Order: sequence, then structure tokens, then C-alpha cells
Amino acid sequence: MVTRLPQDPTITPAIIAEHGMTADEYQRACAILGRAPNYTELGIFSVMWSEHCSYKNSRRLLRTFPTTGPRVLIKAGEENAGVLDIGDGWAVAFKVESHNHPSAVEPFQGAATGVGGILRDIFTMGARPVINMNSLRFGRPDTAAVRHLIDGVVGGIAHYGNCMGIPTIGGDVYFDETYETNCLVNAFSLGVMRHEELQRGCATGVGNPVFYVGAAGRDGIHGATFASTELTEESEAKRSSVQVADPFMEKLLLEACLELYKTDFVVGIQDMGAAGLTCSTCETACRGGSGIEIDVAKVPQRERGMVPYEILLSESQERMLVIVRKGCEADVQRIFEKWDLHAEQIGQVTDDGLMRVQWNGVTVAEIPARAIAEDAPLYSPPAERPAYLKTVHAWRLDAVAPPHDLTAVLTTLLAEPTIGSKKMIYRRYDHMVRTGTVVLPGSDAAVFWLKDADKYLALAADCNGRYCYRARNVVCSGGAPLGLTDCLNFGNPLKPEIYWQLTECIAGLVEACNAFATPVTGGNVSLYNESPDGAIDPTPLVVMVGQIACAAHITTQWFKHAGDTIVLLDGRQDDPLHGVGGSEYLRRTHQLKTGTAPVMDLAKEKALQDCCVAAIRQGLLASAHDCAEGGLAVALAECCFTMPSDNVRAVPAPLGAVVDVTELHATCPRLDALLFGEQQSRIVVSVAPAQLAPLRALAAQHGVAAMTLGTVGGETLQINAGTTAVIAAPVAQLKHAWDTALDRFFAQ
Amino acid sequence: MPRLSVAVVVFPGSNCDYDCFWAVAQFPQCRVQYVWHKDANPGRFDVIILPGGFSYGDYLRCGAIARFSPVMQAIVEHARQGRPLLGICNGFQILCEAGLLPGALYRNNSLTFICEHVYVRAETTASVFTRACASGQVLNLPIAHGEGQYFADDATLRQLEDGGQIAFRYCARDGAASAQANPNGSRHNIAGIFNAAKNVLGMMPHPERAMDARLGSCDGQLIFKSMLAAVSA
Repeated sequence: MVTRLPQDPTITPAIIAEHGMTADEYQRACAILGRAPNYTELGIFSVMWSEHCSYKNSRRLLRTFPTTGPRVLIKAGEENAGVLDIGDGWAVAFKVESHNHPSAVEPFQGAATGVGGILRDIFTMGARPVINMNSLRFGRPDTAAVRHLIDGVVGGIAHYGNCMGIPTIGGDVYFDETYETNCLVNAFSLGVMRHEELQRGCATGVGNPVFYVGAAGRDGIHGATFASTELTEESEAKRSSVQVADPFMEKLLLEACLELYKTDFVVGIQDMGAAGLTCSTCETACRGGSGIEIDVAKVPQRERGMVPYEILLSESQERMLVIVRKGCEADVQRIFEKWDLHAEQIGQVTDDGLMRVQWNGVTVAEIPARAIAEDAPLYSPPAERPAYLKTVHAWRLDAVAPPHDLTAVLTTLLAEPTIGSKKMIYRRYDHMVRTGTVVLPGSDAAVFWLKDADKYLALAADCNGRYCYRARNVVCSGGAPLGLTDCLNFGNPLKPEIYWQLTECIAGLVEACNAFATPVTGGNVSLYNESPDGAIDPTPLVVMVGQIACAAHITTQWFKHAGDTIVLLDGRQDDPLHGVGGSEYLRRTHQLKTGTAPVMDLAKEKALQDCCVAAIRQGLLASAHDCAEGGLAVALAECCFTMPSDNVRAVPAPLGAVVDVTELHATCPRLDALLFGEQQSRIVVSVAPAQLAPLRALAAQHGVAAMTLGTVGGETLQINAGTTAVIAAPVAQLKHAWDTALDRFFAQ
Repeated sequence: MPRLSVAVVVFPGSNCDYDCFWAVAQFPQCRVQYVWHKDANPGRFDVIILPGGFSYGDYLRCGAIARFSPVMQAIVEHARQGRPLLGICNGFQILCEAGLLPGALYRNNSLTFICEHVYVRAETTASVFTRACASGQVLNLPIAHGEGQYFADDATLRQLEDGGQIAFRYCARDGAASAQANPNGSRHNIAGIFNAAKNVLGMMPHPERAMDARLGSCDGQLIFKSMLAAVSA
């Protein structure tokens, strides 16, 4: 018999709407229960069926992702994070997740708890997190409001990761007006474990005790619902939906859990993140095919007078739900006590398939666990191709006049915060703790040495709001892609053009994943990224995890030796706009965000990547750098000066280059397009002159063009076309523009 | 070769314990073990290392709570007996809070956390921690801290300078201890100091992160080599 508590309000259509539920969804809840839900149960349904928890508007699309492969141990959606085999009995768990809305309202805590949440997803799988990365999107840093967001978000990420002792080794940051009031904060973490250490979020074994570690407060109630609506003027007032981070507590929780995993006491474990205790109880019961019975009066509480509704929906941080073997209660308590953590037994596993919640002797909620965890309503809202695309696709290059001073254009692009150095950001992250960061932030991909396993991972986080997908960076660093996790940041899916964007983007990702035989191991969808100014540009983030076979294959992007030959490996995409559509060049030099996105023939891209990997494995390349934002000219400039300075592993002075693009010019009459267009499937490599012939032969085998561009050396970057130097500048001057790209906004 | 016993103390919130353990384990003559902060009788060790991290979340003040840990009595006794005690980063902060070293670590003058490779100059080779260095040798070591600005009053600084108790100073690549090469505003560019008996060293840079060419520097080995040579002698 489920009780209605005296203080519970009567369920009215207004209260249902306040919970973000539609009338149909309410009816569905009634049908599942065979009666009307009480107030506590309504709260449970509303969070579990929020977009954030149920993926109700995206799940059908997500099912099209390829999720299997020989390396996959835990598939996407099966557990809190996907798990891949990396050989010799070792495995990695990784995932990316958004914390956009909380960060927009309360940047420091929002970003910090985003890191905390993703870390729990990793160590709940049994893995020790050893790598953090993040992908951030802000407005242009020329307003104080945006600078405040940047400072808060970076500070929050640094606070959490640094304190936990997990290196933040890379990521990407873009600045564009579209994110002015709706910044994006996507946090990634990767953990490593032995296969036998894998844990499941599963409640099995009738009578097994359920432990609650940590304490509930009123912070974060309805956080998941908050994340599932657009940001409005009133969002500031929902600041209490943002949780407060305590990385020290999480560090203790991490160490205690890892110690617990070394025993055989644990049956199942799940962190309490979005939708808190509610989500962890019904999901573990659902996965275990069991039921779960808890008494919320036994939950440790940080505040007085909390009612079941609040305890169940609290999103206080640094909490875990642990199901242990009966009879091991005292041993489990001893481990938590060692780490000064508060753990309470709050219930046990049952066999009736119900999530039953008791409070001081009365039953306050009783819901079939599978029904709330798995049977959320699924929608396919109407999709409609946005009208603006017609103009975008009709755009032609001759609509803009080529600029005269191409050196000035290059300097301006290098000084763009999106392109320039992010050192100001990453020096605030401890990126060296755990002593495995072999390639520091600043190259195409970060490379991490897992010392215990003696294996090398290459990781690249990337996306571009204006056109999507590429995962060339892992290959440039010498790795072979293992799998990827994605975070899809979009606007309100109930707007047909937004849903169309989401549909198309997922179709594109699916096609690319299939072409590269790379499984998606999980991730997150963040919808409703809208502010009163409108929706953000569609922003699909992909974090690609690759493995490098041996240390000798680790390759970085900067030139190494004067006298080396510079070669462009080119997949020769047939792009009428030469990559100018949606480019940073078009945006910043001509103030236009238009044009068809660069053409990407996946077969050509695959050939290029295979060629680059083969060249690295044969030891032919001294450096490899992907052509991305700012095109060929920016890539060449970056090759000249992005080696870590003040670091013993680097050459002391930047290296210049003399390059001739006459041959390319024949296929691309517009010099500005040739130099700054973001044509896909291009990698700038440098090789010792003796390696040129074998590289050409290898490229021919792969059907890839290997065009000699010039020679490394000198103190200037000079790019010639025909008999004229179209770009010529001292490398030191270009480097200065790039170094100060972000700092200059904060120096005022 | 005699086996040397090295302890790496683990406080709640320590996070460079694993790195210090790994660094010492590179030397086959060492037996290294973790010591839990609640252990009041950890036994005798040739060398004790207090690793970096955020002991007790750095609540109140960095290192201020850790100094009250049960293990601290044994650490003080170890130092009193003249055996080497090395505090790195948060370990340095704990040594200052515990009164084993003079002065204090303030917030960086930039007010932000800083993680990067820096250069430090070994100010003396006459210590158990620096005897493997050349005189005035410049080492490349990483720093990673939010509160590493060394402060002491003028009288204390004079005492440190006169007593040869400055272990390391931040410097440029050429060894010049310039203001520009000072990453956090430390007085006299101080990156590390000894106690008067020179068996206790506190330093903000992380030698344990500079043990392998793959990580960008091997200069940290000099400090471990010095210590181990000293205790085996």
C-alpha cells in the first residue's frame, strides 16, 4: 500500500507541467502503476523521463551507431561507460559528458561537478581514471561576461582534476558568437583496469544489502530536468539546481572504491549522478532483473527535515550506491571507515522487480524498476531541412574578393583565439601528474603512457560547429583508432530544423564510424542548448581514443630538423569551394558563416589515414600535422613554432620553412582558398630527404598524392606561388601572434 | 648492494604518492612502500618522502591539517635522527606547517594554478639531496601548484642564505635567477630549502615527474640518486 504523505501537494495539471511532463506521459505513468502516482512518484517519473536521463528524443537515432567490435568489452548504453580491450589483460573505460547548463549559470561549480560526474562514471566501472580531457565552447572573449565564464569554467575543471590527481592532458576550445550565452562544457575521462576488475551496475542476489555512500543535501534537486529545458532569463533563479563540488571527497570515494574492488564483496555499483538515488536504484535493479527496496530515512542527510521526494531527487555530488554480498557488511564498512567515508546500509535486493521506497515504516513509492528505467516514451519529432541551408549551399567563392595581403590574413588567423595557443588555459590544469603525459597539450593529439600496462594511448577531442567529423589527429600522432565517445550538443529537438540537424549529424557520424570500423562506446546528448538569442550551432563532439603500438611511433606536429623536406599528403577531395565553406577564414576575414561544408569522401580520407599510419610505422616521418582550422597556411605556420618551448625535449629555436605551392595553385586558382580553405584529407609531414622516395612510393600504393612543398629551415616562413612570395614573415612574429591570441583579451 | 628502505607517506588527498613510488622503484637497490597517515608506528626507514597532492583537500590551509596526522610524530623523529626527509609540493607545505622548515607557501602571485616545466639552479652540492649535481647545475623540472610562493621574513631569509639552506632557485635556462624566471613570486626565487642540518628538503618542483626522457626530463633522477648514495654510504 503506497502512502500519500500529508505534506504532499495534490497532483494537478499545473504540477505535472511544472515537472516537465506532458499529459500523455502522465497517463503512461498511471498505466504503468495501474493507479495515479503520488507526489514522490511523480518526481521519480519526471526525472527518469527527462531528456537528460531517458534520451527520449534521441534514443531511436542513437541506436543506429555501430557499437560492436573485437575490442568492445562493454557496449554503449550497457553500463555507465563503454569498455575496450587494449591487450594483455588490460582494458580502458572512457566517456564524455556535457555539463552545459550548470556551467552557463554557475561556471566554476558547474564545470567542476561536470568533471566529478564523468570521473564517477569511469571508476564505477572498476577502472582508475588516469586521463581527463575537455571540450569547451565560449562566445568571443571580448566581453567581460564571456571572460568571466571562461575563467570560472577553466578554474572549476582545474580545481576538480588537479585535486583528484588526474592529469587534464588535452581537449579543444572554440570561440564563436553562437555560444555567447550558452557555453558548452563537455568533460571526458578515461580509466584503466585489468579485465577481471570490471564492475557492473547491477543489483542481483535477493537479500544482498544495498549501501549508500556519501550524504544527500537539497542541492541539485531536479538538475536533470533543468538540463532538459532551454536557458531563459529565469535560469539564474534556478541556481540551486547546480550542485557543489568537493573533489577531496571524491578522491576518498575513488580510493575506497578501488580498494573495495580488490575484494570479492561487491555485487554491483553505480554512482549517483543525474536523478541521484532514484536513477541508481531503478537502473541497478533493472539491469539485475531484480527489485530493490530502500528506506530513505536511513540515507545520511546534510540538511534537516528532508522529505523522501528531496532525498530521492537530490543530486548532491560524490555519492555511490553499492550492492554487496550478504555477510560482508562489516568488511565493507571497514574500508569506507578507513577512508573516513560515511556509508549506510539503506536496503536490500528483492525479487519482485519493484523499486520500493520506504520512509519511517510507510511505503512512499512503489514502481516497476524496468518500466521507469527502460520504458520511457520515445519520440521521433518532425524534422525539416532548415531554410537557411538553401542560401548556404548556393554560396559561391566569387562572392568574396581575394584579399591582397595574405601575410596579414595569416597573422590575423593565428591571433584568433580559436586557432592560437591555449597555454593560458592548460597551464592551469595539472597535465603531468601520474607521469605518463608523453606528448603534452599543444600537438594534434595528446599521448599518454600507461606505465603499469606499458601501453601508449593517443587521444584527440574535436569537433567543429560549422561542419562535422574528422578523426585524423590520432593517426597523425601515430595511433590506430580504437573507439570513440561522442557528445551531441544541439538546440531544442522539438523544433523541426533542430531535429533535422540532429538526424543528419548522427547519420554522418554513423557513416564515418562504419567507414573506419570504429565503434561508438557511449557518450551523451545535450539538447535544449538555447538561450533567448536562439539555438547554438549544432556541435557534435567526438573524442577518439587510439593506441600507439610502441614509443618509436609517437609523432608530433612540429618540424624537427632544418633541411627536412616538407610534403603534403593529400587525399584530393573534390571540393568546389576548396574548403572555404564554413571556414575560420571566411568567418574572420569576410565576417561570413556560410558555404557548403568541406567535401568529405570517406574512402579518400581512409586512404590518407592508412598511408599516414604506414609511413609512421615505417619510421619515415619526422612530423605530421593535420590541416584544420585556417587551412594549409596555418598548418605550416604551426609546424614551425608549436614545439613546447622551455622544455628539454624541444629544439631551442623555432624553425622556418620555404614552401612552393605553384603545383597546388594549378588546381586551385584562388590563392586565398588554397592557403586558408579547410579542404579535408590533408596532412603536412616532414621527412629527411632520404625518406622522400620511400614516402612517395608508399603514397602511390595508397592512392594518395604526396606533393613536395619545400624545405624546413631559416627563420622565416615563406610561401611562394610562381615567382612571387605570397606569404613571408619571420617565424618569431607569427609565433607571437599565436602565443598571445587568448592572453590579449585577459591582459586588459 | 644493501637494500634501502624508502617510505612514501599517503595522506587522504595525496595524489603524487603513486609517482613518487614509481620514481623510487626505478632504483633496484630500493625497497619502497606506502605508509598510511594513520599509522603512528610505521617503523624505521632510510628515507621518507611526503608526496604532493591536496592532503585533507587543502582545507583550512595547505598542509595545515596533515601536520596533525598520527604518522607525523614518527616523521619528526626520523628527521631528528638526521635521516633524509623530502617534502615535494604539498609535502613542502606540510613540512612548513609542521615547523620542520621555516617560512610558508602563499598563493602564486598570478592567483592561478600553474603547471609547466621550469628551470631551477642547484645552489649547493653539499647536501644529501644535491651531491650528485654539478655546482650551480640547472635542472629542468615541472611545477604544478596553486600555492607555491615561498615567503619568509627578512631575518629568516638572511639565515637561510647565510646558512647555505637554499636548495634550489628558479632561474632561466642559462642559470640566471631573474624575476622573469620566477613563476610564482617566491622571495629570492626560492624553489626549495633545507633545514639547518640539511637532512630535510622541501621543494615545490616535482623531481619524480622528471625521471624519464619520454617525460621530457631526467633531471629529477639527480635528487633521488643523491639521497640514495648518501644513505648507502
